[in-house]
Amino acid sequence: MGCIDQLPYEVIQSGTTFKEARDYIEKNIHEVYHVDPGFRIFDGYIIGVPPIAIGLEGDTVYFPYTKPCHGTFLLKVENREEADRLRKLKLIRRK
Amino acid sequence: MTDSVGNGGGVLLVMGCPEVPVQNAIATYLGNAFRKSGERVIVAGNPSVIQLIRAADPEGYYLSEFVNLDKAVAEIAEKKRSAKTTVVFAHNDAGISYAATLRHLLPETRLVAIVFGRDAEELAETIAFPCEKIVEKAVHNPVPLVRKIREVLGWDV
Repeated sequence: MGCIDQLPYEVIQSGTTFKEARDYIEKNIHEVYHVDPGFRIFDGYIIGVPPIAIGLEGDTVYFPYTKPCHGTFLLKVENREEADRLRKLKLIRRK
Repeated sequence: MTDSVGNGGGVLLVMGCPEVPVQNAIATYLGNAFRKSGERVIVAGNPSVIQLIRAADPEGYYLSEFVNLDKAVAEIAEKKRSAKTTVVFAHNDAGISYAATLRHLLPETRLVAIVFGRDAEELAETIAFPCEKIVEKAVHNPVPLVRKIREVLGWDV
């Protein structure tokens, strides 16, 4: 995922697993969608084991971010443009 | 334009975190073996992985083509890169995530997951997608892993 470091992100969980990140989003975020690995979010592509959960709360986007040495981070980024883009994709809402 | 590595697709080695010593030895071993069978090999890894391999093989005798891991995933997702064979190194949860991602993005590739390190067996049990698994609790000694690789990739025939 290319430019994630340049986003004003907040780390919700660090050093976690893809499953824990999915569980957190499904339990704690109001608006949840499942996407496939390689799904584009911001300027990057999500790494993970399907189904991958992403969440939206207003203009805030919740998503997993995986690095080889640090495992999976669960990040949240407030970005109206990306939240709107994701809603317009008409993904199947899980929650 | 698609960058299919090698003749007929070639081999993509997707490297994990370089903290487990056997990984680089196995990557070099694979580079040599695939090169001898006429395959082009490209290594996708983070900057540390690439620097470690370049330092050990400065002439690029075994491995000479590299791509940043994030860039490789982006190019694969955008259908600009593919591979006939993809070998993913996994010694942690992130490695399994990368293997699952490559499985999804390259459904036609021969996907080989090399699962190694102290938690190899437990980790391998989390793989629920189609791939060939090579599982060995290897950390420092690459020999048992090499044996299994030769068997699975058909190099013992």
